[in-house]
Amino acid sequence: MQSKVKKQNAAKRAENKTARWLAAPGLILIGIFTIIPISLALTLGFTNAQLLAPTNPDFTGLNNFKTLLGVSAVTLHAAKQPDGTCAVDENGEIAYEPLRPLTRDNSPRKDLRGKSEVKRIFANAEKCSVLVVVAGDPVFWRSLTNTFFFALIVVPVQAGLALILALLVNQRLRGRNFFRTVYFIPTLSSMVVISMLWRFMYQQDGLFNKSISNFMPGYAPIDWLGNPKTAMPAIVVLSIWQAVGYHMIIWLGGLQTIPAELYEAVRMDGANKWDEFKHVTIPGLRHTFVFILITITIAALGLFVQINVLTQGGPLDSTSTLVFQSFTRGYQRQEIGYGSAISFVFFILVLVIALIQRSMTKRLDT
Amino acid sequence: MKLNIGRFASYFGAIVFTVIFAFPLVFMVMSSLKPDFNLLQDVGTMRSFLPVGPISFDNYVGVYDRIPLLRFIFNSLLVSTITVVLGLFVNSMLGFALARMEFRGKNFVFAVIISTLILPFEVLAIPLLYLMVKAPWISFNGGFHITQGIFNNYQVQILPFIANAVSVFLFMQYFKSLPKELDEAALVDGASWFMIYRKIAMPLAGPAIGTVSVLTFLPMWNSYIWPVMTVQDEEFRPIMIGLQYFYVNFGTAWGQIMAYLTILTIPVVILFLSMQRFFVNSIATTGIKG
Amino acid sequence: MKSKWRISLTAAVVAVGLLAPITVSAANAAPVEIPLWTHNGGNKAELADVNLVVKDFNASQSKYKVTVKAFPQINYNDAIVASAAANRLPCIMDTDAPVVPSWVYAGYLSPLTVDKKITNKLQTSVKGSYGGKLYSAGFYDAAIALLARKSTIADAGLRTPTVAKPWTLAEFNDALAKAKASGKFDYALSLGTGWDGEWYPYGFSPLLQSFGGDLIDRKGLKTAEGVLNGTAGVAWGKWFQNIFTSGLAPKKETADQRDNGFITGKIAYQWNGSWAAASAAEKLGDDFIALPPPNLGTKAYIGGGSWQWAVSSSCANKAGANAWLQFALQTKYLTKFADDLFNLPITPDATKASKIFGPGSKYSEFATFSATFALIRPATPAYPVIAKIYETATKDIINGADVQKTLDGAVDQINKNLKDNYYYVKKK
Repeated sequence: MQSKVKKQNAAKRAENKTARWLAAPGLILIGIFTIIPISLALTLGFTNAQLLAPTNPDFTGLNNFKTLLGVSAVTLHAAKQPDGTCAVDENGEIAYEPLRPLTRDNSPRKDLRGKSEVKRIFANAEKCSVLVVVAGDPVFWRSLTNTFFFALIVVPVQAGLALILALLVNQRLRGRNFFRTVYFIPTLSSMVVISMLWRFMYQQDGLFNKSISNFMPGYAPIDWLGNPKTAMPAIVVLSIWQAVGYHMIIWLGGLQTIPAELYEAVRMDGANKWDEFKHVTIPGLRHTFVFILITITIAALGLFVQINVLTQGGPLDSTSTLVFQSFTRGYQRQEIGYGSAISFVFFILVLVIALIQRSMTKRLDT
Repeated sequence: MKLNIGRFASYFGAIVFTVIFAFPLVFMVMSSLKPDFNLLQDVGTMRSFLPVGPISFDNYVGVYDRIPLLRFIFNSLLVSTITVVLGLFVNSMLGFALARMEFRGKNFVFAVIISTLILPFEVLAIPLLYLMVKAPWISFNGGFHITQGIFNNYQVQILPFIANAVSVFLFMQYFKSLPKELDEAALVDGASWFMIYRKIAMPLAGPAIGTVSVLTFLPMWNSYIWPVMTVQDEEFRPIMIGLQYFYVNFGTAWGQIMAYLTILTIPVVILFLSMQRFFVNSIATTGIKG
Repeated sequence: MKSKWRISLTAAVVAVGLLAPITVSAANAAPVEIPLWTHNGGNKAELADVNLVVKDFNASQSKYKVTVKAFPQINYNDAIVASAAANRLPCIMDTDAPVVPSWVYAGYLSPLTVDKKITNKLQTSVKGSYGGKLYSAGFYDAAIALLARKSTIADAGLRTPTVAKPWTLAEFNDALAKAKASGKFDYALSLGTGWDGEWYPYGFSPLLQSFGGDLIDRKGLKTAEGVLNGTAGVAWGKWFQNIFTSGLAPKKETADQRDNGFITGKIAYQWNGSWAAASAAEKLGDDFIALPPPNLGTKAYIGGGSWQWAVSSSCANKAGANAWLQFALQTKYLTKFADDLFNLPITPDATKASKIFGPGSKYSEFATFSATFALIRPATPAYPVIAKIYETATKDIINGADVQKTLDGAVDQINKNLKDNYYYVKKK
């Protein structure tokens, strides 16, 4: 009995040892080339490091994060005229007192210093006042909402469309290999290339506008990427177009793991196509679903290349994203400390989202 | 009859999607045959999808004339292939250990590997650059020397991308799907864990190897930001950097760009076309399972 | 275990120490190699001229051998920034003029020691000075002009502006309005909004300066307050915004509008550089005319400063690097760079010798524009940051943002960067 335990322990030790040897090369490489840069990127966020500077960076604690995340509000007033209405400027808009003296470095309100206006809310005609929300970095908040808007649309639409495509080319169609390949081609090309091509499609006298005006005479062509309302949706369409083929292949892989006998069994029970889909296909795809959900989410939240090539975050910050901001601030504007602080916040956010998704899908997974 | 309608709808859908996915590429190929001026005039009309106007292969000649095309293609093939091959070993070993063996700290290791997927490469490039410049390297120059800095060579384009969380994950999933009894039987026969990896698991891992190869090759072939930062010599530059050569001062050689993009894309498409059946099946058997 | 590591580590360090001198001493016999980087990857004509100068220099003496590496222009600055961060700069490199002070501040450049008699002859706009020292010198400059057709001006009954008397703001506005009203053009003006990046400060800050504003207060270079967002700055912003909102110019030009809009007659006037003049003149023939920049308030301005050569502080043979630069600044090469590449010559001798830009020759007006109107971008290490902030602000203004608020925001960002960097005074 004792020797058996000993033998088992010896086997365990051997297993432990071999496992480490097998894992070592990969772990060392990941450690050096990924974990160290990640740690560096994250720690730089606590300094005022500049990309090209003659001096070493100082540790500045939470300063970058205070600028990045700082939000405050202030009430501005306008003069009330004798007739009870508020004073207006030459454009006919209510002439509130200027905000800027309150946000300068010598402002009496310390919490407003260095902040800029995000939004004006709660205009009160009675008191001639308005509440102004100010933030240390309004572009960050804009980028945050843009990033989430993008992910919220892209994740379900891309996953759904990819599934439709997969179901389509999983049938016995003549030339289905051809179809699969064509759908996958955009994924094979780099996003840089795709973005360059789509710029031509989206321009004011480009293909999309010309096609629409063929069907709708009197349609005023839109500069899709140049209009704050349409730029992000245009990026969404382009992004889904590029990546959907990849996830089609993943779904296809999932579909092919469902045993044919299961379909035959429900067919014997007299099920129609829809029942088949509901009772066999969907349950059979649940593992694939988890994988697709998490990979699309991470990819969508990391939106960068299309923005960098096509819009540079514009017009009016309507396509700026967190990763784009981190890159712009850290590299182009050389404020690598600040850029890293953005990366840090981004990292935490995605981590939290991934963990939430993981725990929500855990039930599906067992 | 009802069935026929269903099939008709399927074909109709498949063809509509074909048009949707192919049109920018048709535009690219057609544009590559046109002079800059005609190319830009045709944008937005059906002409941009047709080989009309003064058609020629001048742009292709122009590409060949402007950049060391074959050198760039060779560099990209070399860098991508080496990365893929080394990655197959390293990642499959790690994936195997995670999937089939017990060792202390396994769950932690797995969590850390997966969390490396969160930050996109763009924000890691600069810290990684600092690291590569400081890193020691052994070079041979009449004798072995230890030099500082891995920079402006092939190594700097390869090393950081060998180990990769996605590949590890795919291998791990695949190895998990193999029956546990295989190991047990082999262990009883006195095989070591390394032998199980080498003689049993890897020979069965064909589909995973296929998937991982394609998924590693593509980003390497398309890599752009990293070579801009780390490669100064033309003799080491990969193919995507060639794209920049077509913007001179404030002029852009559109036709040549389109020709170059076509040259970049066609080989990958052919590669995929020839491996398509294999690739889909391999994803299927890689079994994306939790 | 630990001690074992330490021993091998010591061994490695010793080995490096022993081997390093051997490699250096081996190189001493041959001429000293001086690496040079240029932004001419893919630009055959200019690269050929750089190579010619290098070949002649290498043949002219036996002490140094300059070797050329060419980079594509579009990401050249990125490559240089990365190499600088990696401490791997070459001896000689060309840099875009306005970033020179930031390179000096970061400690990457060493002052030029080229004979003053030679550099004194160079036009100011091609010299990169900072802190009273000369760090860079260019072989040529470019000039922006308002490209037009003589017939457009005549049809509209406008006065043809001259260097002595450029169009005023009212005249310029009138010209644009008439071009639009004529119905002959899709747009009255092409401003080059199809380009990104440095074009914004290069092309548009002279218009701001003409109104009386600037990117930063050039006195002391410590604040942008009241300069970028002052009355003049806001007047510029409102005028500029109006050009786009009233449909006189496209907000974001397509590639076709940018490259062909003017020459195909879809756009009446084009605010563009001398580099575009040759092809325009070729297409339009005698109808082509390059107009001087308008005077929008204080004085007419265009941007000065193009690519310039500098010597890195890590260069082991600065004397050799400077010798090359001095050799290259000969009149015959400067003339060649001008005439081969359609660049502006930048010494009186080279201008006289130029067949394209010399007195009385076809494009002589560009040389006059450059000599008369060029203003260099502010010489501060903060320039790369200011340029980015200005680019974003200008794009926002083009897209209809509130001008005062946008410029206030830009000023706040610029001033914060200045403050965070201790106003770029080296000692903290």
